[in-house]
Order: sequence, then structure tokens, then C-alpha cells
Amino acid sequence: MPGKLKAKIVAGRHLPVMDRASDLTDAFVEVKFGNTTFKTDVCPKSLNPQWNSEWFKFEVDDEDLQDEPLQITVLDHDTYSANDAIGKVYIDIDPLLSCEAATVISGWFPIYDTIHGIRGEINVLVKVDLFNDLNRFRQSSCGVKFFCTTSIPKCYRVVMVHGFVEELVVNEDPEYQWIDRIRTPRASNEARQRLISLMSGELQRKIGLKVLEMGGNAVLGYLQCFDLEGESGLVVRAIGTACTLDKLSSLPTAVLPACNSPSREMKEPPFSEDPNPNIHSSGPSTPLKNQTYSFSPSKSYSRQSSSSDTDLSLTPKTGMGSGGSAGKDGGPLKTLLRQQTQSALEQREFPFFTLTCFPPGFLIHVGGVVSARSVKLLDRIHNPDEPETRDAWWEEIRQEIKSHAKALGCHAVVGYSESTSICEEVCILSASGTAAILNPKFMQEGCLDSYSEHRLEDPAPPSCGFCHIPYDELNMPFPAHLTYCYNCRRQKVPDVLFTTIDLPVEATVMGKGSLIQARLCRLKKKAQGEVNATAISNLLPFMEYELHTQLMNKLKLRSMNALFGLRVQISVGENMLVGLASATGVYLMALPAPGGIQIAGKTPSDITYEQHISNMQKKINDTISKNKDLYEVHPQEIIEEVIGSPIPESRQRSRLFRSHSESSDEVSELDLSHGKKDAFVLEIDDTDAVEDIHSLLTDAPMPSGFYSCNTEIMPGIYNWTSSLQMFTSVRVFRLNNVNLTNQGLNKIFNDLCENLLKSLYFKLRSMVPCCLCHLNFAVAVPEEELIQVAVTAVAMTFDKEQAQENFKANMEKAIMKVISENEEQLQFPLELCTETPAPQPFSPSKGTGHQDGGGIHTSARATSVDYSSFADRCSTWIELIKLKAQAIRRGSIKTTASQEKGSPLPEGRSRSLRCMRPFPSSTVSVVKMTPLSFLPGTRIIKYLGIINMFFIRETTSLREEGGVSGFLHCFIAEVFAMVRAHVAALGGNAVVSYSMKECVFMENPNKNQAQCLINVSGDAVIFVRESEAEATAAAPQTSSMQNLSGAAEANA
Amino acid sequence: MDMSVELDVFVGNTTIMDEEVYQFWLDGYTVNDAVKVRMEGGVLEEYEASTDVLLSDTMDQFRTFQMCERLLHTPAKLANQLLFQIPPHRQTMLIERYYAFDNAFVREVLGKKLSKGTKKDLDDISAKTGITLKSCRRQFDNFKRVFKVVEELKGPLVENIQQHFLLSDKLARDYAAIVFFANNRFETGKRKLQFLSFQDFAFCAGQLISNWTVGAVGKMQQLERDTESGAVRQLLNKQAKEKHPICTNNMVEDMDVDLDKEFLQDLKDLKILINDKDLLDQHKSLVCTALRGKTKVFNEMEANFKTLSRALVNIAAKLTNTKDVRDLFIDLVEKFIEPCRSDRWTSADVRLFLTYYTNSARTLDTFRHQVTWDRYMDVIKSCILKMYHD
Repeated sequence: MPGKLKAKIVAGRHLPVMDRASDLTDAFVEVKFGNTTFKTDVCPKSLNPQWNSEWFKFEVDDEDLQDEPLQITVLDHDTYSANDAIGKVYIDIDPLLSCEAATVISGWFPIYDTIHGIRGEINVLVKVDLFNDLNRFRQSSCGVKFFCTTSIPKCYRVVMVHGFVEELVVNEDPEYQWIDRIRTPRASNEARQRLISLMSGELQRKIGLKVLEMGGNAVLGYLQCFDLEGESGLVVRAIGTACTLDKLSSLPTAVLPACNSPSREMKEPPFSEDPNPNIHSSGPSTPLKNQTYSFSPSKSYSRQSSSSDTDLSLTPKTGMGSGGSAGKDGGPLKTLLRQQTQSALEQREFPFFTLTCFPPGFLIHVGGVVSARSVKLLDRIHNPDEPETRDAWWEEIRQEIKSHAKALGCHAVVGYSESTSICEEVCILSASGTAAILNPKFMQEGCLDSYSEHRLEDPAPPSCGFCHIPYDELNMPFPAHLTYCYNCRRQKVPDVLFTTIDLPVEATVMGKGSLIQARLCRLKKKAQGEVNATAISNLLPFMEYELHTQLMNKLKLRSMNALFGLRVQISVGENMLVGLASATGVYLMALPAPGGIQIAGKTPSDITYEQHISNMQKKINDTISKNKDLYEVHPQEIIEEVIGSPIPESRQRSRLFRSHSESSDEVSELDLSHGKKDAFVLEIDDTDAVEDIHSLLTDAPMPSGFYSCNTEIMPGIYNWTSSLQMFTSVRVFRLNNVNLTNQGLNKIFNDLCENLLKSLYFKLRSMVPCCLCHLNFAVAVPEEELIQVAVTAVAMTFDKEQAQENFKANMEKAIMKVISENEEQLQFPLELCTETPAPQPFSPSKGTGHQDGGGIHTSARATSVDYSSFADRCSTWIELIKLKAQAIRRGSIKTTASQEKGSPLPEGRSRSLRCMRPFPSSTVSVVKMTPLSFLPGTRIIKYLGIINMFFIRETTSLREEGGVSGFLHCFIAEVFAMVRAHVAALGGNAVVSYSMKECVFMENPNKNQAQCLINVSGDAVIFVRESEAEATAAAPQTSSMQNLSGAAEANA
Repeated sequence: MDMSVELDVFVGNTTIMDEEVYQFWLDGYTVNDAVKVRMEGGVLEEYEASTDVLLSDTMDQFRTFQMCERLLHTPAKLANQLLFQIPPHRQTMLIERYYAFDNAFVREVLGKKLSKGTKKDLDDISAKTGITLKSCRRQFDNFKRVFKVVEELKGPLVENIQQHFLLSDKLARDYAAIVFFANNRFETGKRKLQFLSFQDFAFCAGQLISNWTVGAVGKMQQLERDTESGAVRQLLNKQAKEKHPICTNNMVEDMDVDLDKEFLQDLKDLKILINDKDLLDQHKSLVCTALRGKTKVFNEMEANFKTLSRALVNIAAKLTNTKDVRDLFIDLVEKFIEPCRSDRWTSADVRLFLTYYTNSARTLDTFRHQVTWDRYMDVIKSCILKMYHD
């Protein structure tokens, strides 16, 4: 009996009237965990009952503790008939199982009913006593921490990154079980909610076990998804990055074991109880049994991974593409490094990382986007305990991704994610990531020491390092145009770079970033089974190609040369496919300036046609110059000429051969080498091109004062103020004209996205100047003529004065930020590390006096940053660094104090949080939500656990509830409310890395019915305002980079 | 049209509310009307937004307000609900605006019974005032809701309203006036009273509440009263309540809502001022001596003294009848204000007259009802002065 769960029901309030005669309610509560149920007394005739129950105690295995939610049901007692359920609360107790997270759950929870929504609130107290479990073969993985955040969480440092973990569990969907044909929809929806909660718990436990086996103690970038496969079942799957994290202690003398809370004495030590260094080969090695039709997975035609030849890319190349180039770009040490990394990574089945933000120096080179899609036919999952088919499907996709990465000369994939789109029995599985070469020191503990000896000679990768090509120049996997790096002039860079990750901290960019979207709809004949699947897989490559072309055009139109955070969704409906690619464009200083766009007409043409072409050309040129001003992108051609371009530019224009949807399958013939330095030629010889130009020019400019991006960090804005507004907007459009052409459909979809953006800008106009960050669009085709777009993002304000500063200042700031981040970490000598391979030109430890302990090597860092271009500012920088260092040292003591205050006593803490509320009469504490991993102007002092909630809402009185909009508006507000309540009960005041992963809306207006499923997740945290946290005014400028802190000192 | 928006929602973690749109909603605009007005307001040009954008935003906000409305009925819930995260200052704004009312509307229902019958007349009121029926309903329901809540509560009216509805002091006082007028059914609708604004009446209500009600006595005599008798009284009230649970709102315990019956009874004693000829003459000569040379309308004052004095004292003496209480304001206008106005008294003249008229009575040797007189005249004087305008 390794654990005791205790729950106490305190009171209820705002309960609904259940007895119409008395206008009152006789409420009581059932508390259920596993198979044990307790009941409170009935509190007669009250809408605000006080139960003040005893502590209900459940003695359970920790395995159950992880899997099961605590289920609280509020009922109305009825003497004569059956008791009426008022509603339920599911409480995930996982946060209580990790020592460092919450110690008690206490607060008001909304009582939720799938039909009536929130019906009053209930005040509950939950605690867990865990006993030490010595069983090494246990099934539980208590204590493994989960983070949705895709960067190193603030207040932790990474000891080691273990790598990819994945798992999936399947079950039958209660909605489709025979029993549900006789029971009410409400009962089956409740069964579904409970089942998914249970499956999530089980999945998390299983992933946790894998992490423990790998010797880790945490999962970062945890991404859990549901596949509602309908008749064939319910799949819950998750991927993540296993890590060993160490909590940053403010005490410089020791790394405390995290169990510093007195009430947690009985708990197992949190870290590496099982210090098994063996790298676990994840994933079951089930043979690929193709029980289903497996259609040739469509390749990514993303430029970077355009190894369109399946056979080639699926065959692992023995030599690895990078071998040849190794000698060229780094000398023997780099080769060594690469070998180490390879050996570290080769032991892994999938060297994938779900992280998108990395400690400086983690990424050595970035190859480009790799993606794979595969169309499958769903069949019934016969044995839920052996979900081989689904595992095999994903295994196949991952293998493909891996081989794409290899083809790019890369040994790892970062910013990795997986998704599905299901329509009836057809399912598109997608995976994408960014091929990269990583610094091995983060992977392997063993090689850290030996490696460190060489460190003195090893020059730090310059800020442009990640842009340098990882593949062999002479044996390029795809045609590309290479130049010498515009920053260091030593190594080759491509002319454009597409990635799925966030902009690395060390990157130097010019001007601001911009959200870039490519949108596409393609009609498809209605079909069944195999025919349908084939049709879809035939369409996919063209869609990807079109999307890619659109992205490229829009990038050029903004005079930018790199995309970050690229996410391509392709959703399948009965009669169409909808594609949406979103990314954040930037101008990377290391890459060449993009040329313009030139329109070419058919060769023999009349005058009016020429006129038309030249008009369009003029429009495009105007837009480009407008955009240059808007995003402050003004490439300095003069400098280039002074220094001299190392390789002669090819002046030859390349022609883009466009593909027609009707054309042959010989995709490999596509010439993807557009984007030559000089100009990008768009040839108008078919309708598609007209369409392209149309969509190019219909992107409405953002209203002044607005910026937008889909990444964590908006390049070019660093001075955030603290005001933020997270929002979700959902729109469903009905296509009325059945005889639409592809072109018409495209225009509709494009307008729809543009209008949605316009609406958002208008809604948030009071926040100007502001930036919409992490703009995440999700498209779906819920029914034949419906397109659904759901957007979640956060609007954040920034200081305009500073925003208008010129590029130089911004760049300085960016670099200063990196420095001060590292500087900050120097408060903790144990974390001092020789490895701070950040791009800063000056070692942060100089002049700080932190030479003791692990700090011996700190000054040893040499960098290869190009001093000359910064020389004129050097002296001021040194001044600034010194100032910051001093300020930080002064502030560090205060940090200690505030952290102590915030740590061990949860009751005290939550009370003190409540004290900050402006109105004492309110019992509701403010909870902030953001899809980002940080809150500007604040410092996250504690992660309380993962929030992963699933709700279903249904109605049989749609009109009365304000129609579909009224229904969904209310439901989303309810979901927010429940997330906030759970966070507040954990003692938190914010959710970071929040996302709405699923929003499945179904309606039947004729029957006056609708139903919606929503799945949300995020990390519950406690933050303090920077001003409260410490007196240092210097450090907080970095708030926008908090997500990256605690990361650089990874090898204590 | 190739496509139509089937569903369109925007939900912020902090609920976004535009004050301008809120006002349109409160004023009972339809979404389309609100969009029209907003378009004329020029928001569009500023943000290059299309009509669709404005329509979507307006619909969204109207929906939000509709969802909040339930909470606004019990404003204390707004601070403790979990559904909408609204910053405290926005909550205050929402409540204050929701309970705000149009002067034109309140003048129509002031003093009327807040019953279903009156609610049926809202159509007419809407047509007459130009205020939308929806807005009229909200305002009427607000009056009724506040009335219902406070009529069951003990203690000071304004404070009760403030506590339960979280209104500003000013608005709470206005509501106290509305409740007080509704409870006593003062006549305010006659044509002769049309020149009086709601604020005039609200001021008078404030005067009456703080001087003529049982609560006022309670405040004045709190120190004199010993706790024992207070307890006895409470006990009596309780018994009365148990016997007639429905009529409790008419019982003494509604201290701020009902006029002090004892005081009204005592007012009959003032009749001596007009019935005793000597006293009347004496009073007149005292007042006239003091006023001589101080006003241009002295002759008119002298000539009208007896009429005016009779009018004021008669009003006082009749207040024991509920019917006459209702006519208090019409009586004041017909019997005092109109005669003065026809003689072209200025406000200053009225003030001068009433001041000396009140004070002189105190010096009358044989007049023994100074306390009652002062309590009566202080209120009458300030009410008349407030009401004495065009």
C-alpha cells in the first residue's frame, strides 16, 4: 500500500435549485477513487451547503494514483425517487505525486455537468501521503515531472537530455459501444470524459516509466493527443523529451534534494533513484505488420527535405551525409564532437526532441524541415492491450523522418511533433521536425568530462553557427543555392532556412518578424475506403508543394530569408482537403538578402497582357518596399560590397516550374531551387499562378501598432510590458455553393483566415502597441460543407518607445539578454559551467568574482564572434555587463528570500497569494493563461504540475442557449474557468504553455442539438512580479527569454 | 454568397468588454443597430475593419453581456463567480452601468407600484420616452429587484442597497429614493409636477428618509433608548412577523422605508398655529418685522402669510392619511410653490421667508411643539427650496 489519498469536502456554493417546490437543494457529495466511494451527509435545503466532512481516506497503489482521477459527484437527495446528479469534478492528483510540485489541492472547483455546464462550485481539500516504494519492478512512475513547455523550464537546469519518449494507449470509445445505444448521451459522454481522464493518467504513467528507465526525472515538451477514430476506437498518444532536470537552488552550497517540504518526508527521492545509464531503446520493436492498407507515405516536399524518392530516403545511409563536410567546417575537433554526438545519438532509435527552444550552444547546425505524412485506413482495434497497428504506423513515420534527417546530414530532429486528421475511416498521420546537429554534451554524461578537457581549444560556435549547412556541399540532398555565411564569412549557408523550432537566442536578426501563412483548399471526390485513401495520398504532395511555394512567395514579399515555428496542417474532409501552413518569417543576418519577385508572362504576348503583367509587378514591388518599412528590414547592400562577397552570385535566373494538379506523379522532377539570389520568378502561365499572386496580394497589411508571430519569441521585440490577453476564437463557415472550383474554394478559405485575423486585431485594438504571439491556427473539416478554424494566441503589449529603436540597439539588446541570462545563472556556483557556449563575446564570469567551485573554467571561453562589426560598441558593452553583474549579485540574496517564502507551506502560500487580491470580498484569485512558456515582467518560481483536461458539453436546447455561437462561447468560457480553478487550487497563479489541442464541434440544428469536445493542456505555475522577486532592474529585461534560462549551465 | 459564418466566437481569458458596446446593449439596441451606430462613429476607418468585423465583434460582446446578465442580478456573485475573469474595476463599471437608469424613464414610474400592472405599461412608456422597451424592462426589473431585496432587510436603506448591489453612494441613494417613493406611492406623475426632475424628488426622498422615518427616529433616539426596550421591541416585531409573515414589510421594522406614524400623529398638534388666532397673528408679526426691507416682495409676503401658513400646517396635519401622504408633493406645489411663483418670489425670497417662518415659531410663547415643528419644517423647507424652480 504505497499511498494514502485523503479528501475532504468543505462546502458548496451557488448550487442550482433542484427542488422546484422549495426553490432549494438537498445536496450531498460522493467521493470516488478507484472502486471505493464515500458519501457526505445530506445538507438539507441549502444552495450554499456546508458539509465540512471528515477526511475520506483511500489506501491505494501509486499506480492507481497516477491513472485514476479523484471523482467528486454532487447530488440532490431525493427521498422518493432516484437522486439527481448536479454535476461532477474530476481532480487529477498527479501534481501531488511529485515532490516539487503542489503539496495540497485546495479550492473552489466548478461543478460541471455535460448538459448544464457549470452548476455552482464546491470547495475541496485533497492530500496524498506516499510511502517509499522499494520495488524496482514497479509499474508506477510517481515523481516524474511533466511539462508542456517546449523549452527548459525556468528555475530548473538540465543535467542531461535523454531523448524521445512516446507511448499510446487505445480503448473502445464509449460513444460507439453497444450499451450506448440504450443509455443516454449524457451517460456516455460522462463515460467518455472519465475514460479519457483514465487513459491520460495511464499514458503519463507509462511514459514516466520509460523516463525512469532512461535515468531521467522529467518530460519536457509533453504533447498528448486524442484520436477519436469513431467506430474503431479511441487512441490517446503522447510524445515528449526525457530529461534529467535539477531544480535551481538559490543556496549556493548544495544542490538540495528536492524533498525539502516537511510533509513529504515519506516520499521517494526524486532523482535518479535508478541511475541506470543505459539508454533505453524506446518504442516496442514490433514487426511492421501491415494489417491495414498502408499507402505509400507522401514525402515532404518542403524544400529542405525534398528527398522525394521514398526508397532512397527510407534506406538509412551508412556513411551519413555529413561525413564529407565534417572536415571542411570545423577541423578535427568538430569531427570528434560529431562522432561523439553520433555515437550518443545512434544508440537511440529515434533521436527526436520535442523541444523548440534550446540552451545556447545546443544546436550546432540546422538542416531544415523534415516531414512525413501517411494515409491510413482505420479498422477496429481488436486488442486494446496490444495496439500494434497504431504503434507500427507511427514507427514507420518516425523512421521516415529519421532518414530524411540523415539525408540532410543531420543526426537529430528537433522541434518534433506529430498529428492526425481523421475523416470517417481515413486517417492522415503527420510528423514534422527540424533536422539538426546537436552538441553532444547535453546527451551523454559520460563524455562530458573528457570533452571538457578539449574545451579550451574548441571555439564556441558563433551566433551564425546554426545557419551553416550540415550537409555536404558537393553531395547536396537537394538543389540549393549556397553562399558563404554573411556573418562569419567562413562557412556555407543556404539562401533560405525553414525550421519548426523557435528562433535560437543567439541568432541575430534584422527588424521584426512576421506571421506568414499559406492557405490552400483542394476539392476531392467523395469516395470510400481504399479509393478514398489513394485519392488523398495522391493529392498530398501537390498540396505540400503549393503550400511551400506560397510560403516562399510570402517570405520574399517581406524581404525575409528564414521561417521559424513552421507548422503545416492538412485536414481531410469528405469532399476536400484543407492545408494551412503557419510560420514566423525573419531576416537572419547570416543568410543572404532575398531578391525580389519577378513576374514572367508567356513569351508571345500582346500589349494588354504586358500591361497587366507590369501592373502586377508594380504592385508586388510596392508591397515589398512597404513591408521593408513595416518590418524594419533594410538589408545593407553597401556593406556587402565593401567586404566583398566570397562567392560570385549566380545571376542566372531560375525558373519555377509549376506543377499542375493534373500532372503526372513524377514529383521528383519538380525543381525546388527557386529563390535564387537575384529574383524569384513567378511565371503566369496557368491559373494556379494567378491564384498564387492573388493570395500573395490579398494578405491585408496589419493595422499599425500590431505585430504577429506563431513562435515563443517575436524577433525584434524585447521590451514587453506585463499586460497580456490569451484568447481562443473559433469560427465555422458553411460553403453554400456546391459547385465550387478549387480556385473559388481557395479564395474563400484565404478570405476566411484573413477576416479572422482582422477581427482579432480589431478586438485587441485597445492593447496597441502589441504583438499576437504564438498564433496557433487549427483547421478542421467537421462536415461536408463546413470549415472550422480555431485560433489560440496571446496578445502582449510592449513599449513603443523602445520598439522604435533601430536595429543596432535591438541586436545589442538581444545579445545583452543572452549575457545577462547566463550572468544570472552564475548566482549558483554549482551550475557554473565551462560550457556556456553562448554567443556572447565576453565571458560573463569576468569581473563577477565567481571563480570558486565549478567556475574555474568559466573564463576559458573563447569565441569566434566577429568582433570587427561590433568593435565600436565594445567599450559600452563592457560597462553594461559590469553593471549588470553587480546588480545581479546584489539582487541574488533577495531572490533567495522570496523563494524560501514561496516554498514549503502551501496553505500559507496560497493565502498570501490571495492577500494580493484587490478586493477582499472576492474568493476568486486571478489566474493568467498564456500559450508561451513565460509571462513578461515576471519570474516563474515554481512548476506545480501539468494541466491536462478533457471536457464534453452537449445540449438539446441549442436555440435556447443562443445557437451554436452561444453554446460554444459558454463552453469555452467554462473550460477556461475550470482550468483557472484547478490551477488556483494547486496554489498557482498562471498557466504557461497553454494550448487547446482539440476542439471537436458537432451540431444538428434540426434536432436543436449540438455537442463539443475540448482538450486543453498547460503547465500550472507560480510566478512573482520581477519587481517583487528582486530589486534587480537589470535582469528582467530578459523576461522574454526566461524560457531559455537555467539552460546554459548544463553539465555540473 | 459562397459562404456564411455558421459560428463565430471569441473568448478571452480576461473578458473583453467595450464600454461603448455595453452601453448599446444596455440601451436595448439590436446588434444591427449597434453596428450601424458604431460605423457612424468611425471605428472602421481607424482600424480598416469591415462591417463583418464590426458585426462579429458586436455579436460577441452582446453575447458576453447576456451571459453576464444573470450575475448582474446579484452583483455580489460577480466577484465570486468563476466563469468570467473580469478585473475588479471593470466589475464595478458593469454593475454601475447596469443599474444606471434614464431620468426620463424613472420619472414615469416613480411612486408607482412596482407590479406587473406597471410592467404592462412599459410599452407606453417606451413609446413616450423613446427608450427601447428592452431597456425599459431592464430598468424596471432593476427597481423591482432592489425593492424586493431591501424590503426584507433591516437597517439603513442606502447602506443595504450599497451592500447588496455594490453600487456607488450616489446610485444607491437614487435607488433608496425609488424604493421609498414606490413604497409610499407618492404621486409624481400629475401634470403640475412635470417640471420636477428625478433628482428633485430624490433629494426630497433623502430628506424624508433621514428625518421622517422610523429609522430616523432610531438614529436620533438611539442614545436615549435603553437596550432592554429595544430588545422588547424586537421581540414584538418577531411575534408580529410570525403572525403575519406577509405583511411584515409594512411593519415598523422597515425603518427607513416607512414614515414614522407617531410623528405623523404629532403633526396634528401643529394646527394650533393656524387655529389659534392670536398665535397666527403673533407669528405673522414676528415674521413680517424680521423681513421688512429685506425683500422686494415684502408686500406680497405680508398679504399671503396667512394663506401660506395655513397651507403648510394643513399639509402637516393631513399626513396621517395615506392618501394625503401620496399627495404631499402635489400639495406643496399647488398650495405653496404656485402662489409664490405667481407673486414672482425668487428662490432667495422663499428661503428668507421659510427661514424666518420656521424660526419665529420657536419664539412663540404658547407654542409647545417645537421638536415636531422643527422636524417637519426642516424637511419641508429644504424640499420646497429644491422644488422651487421653473
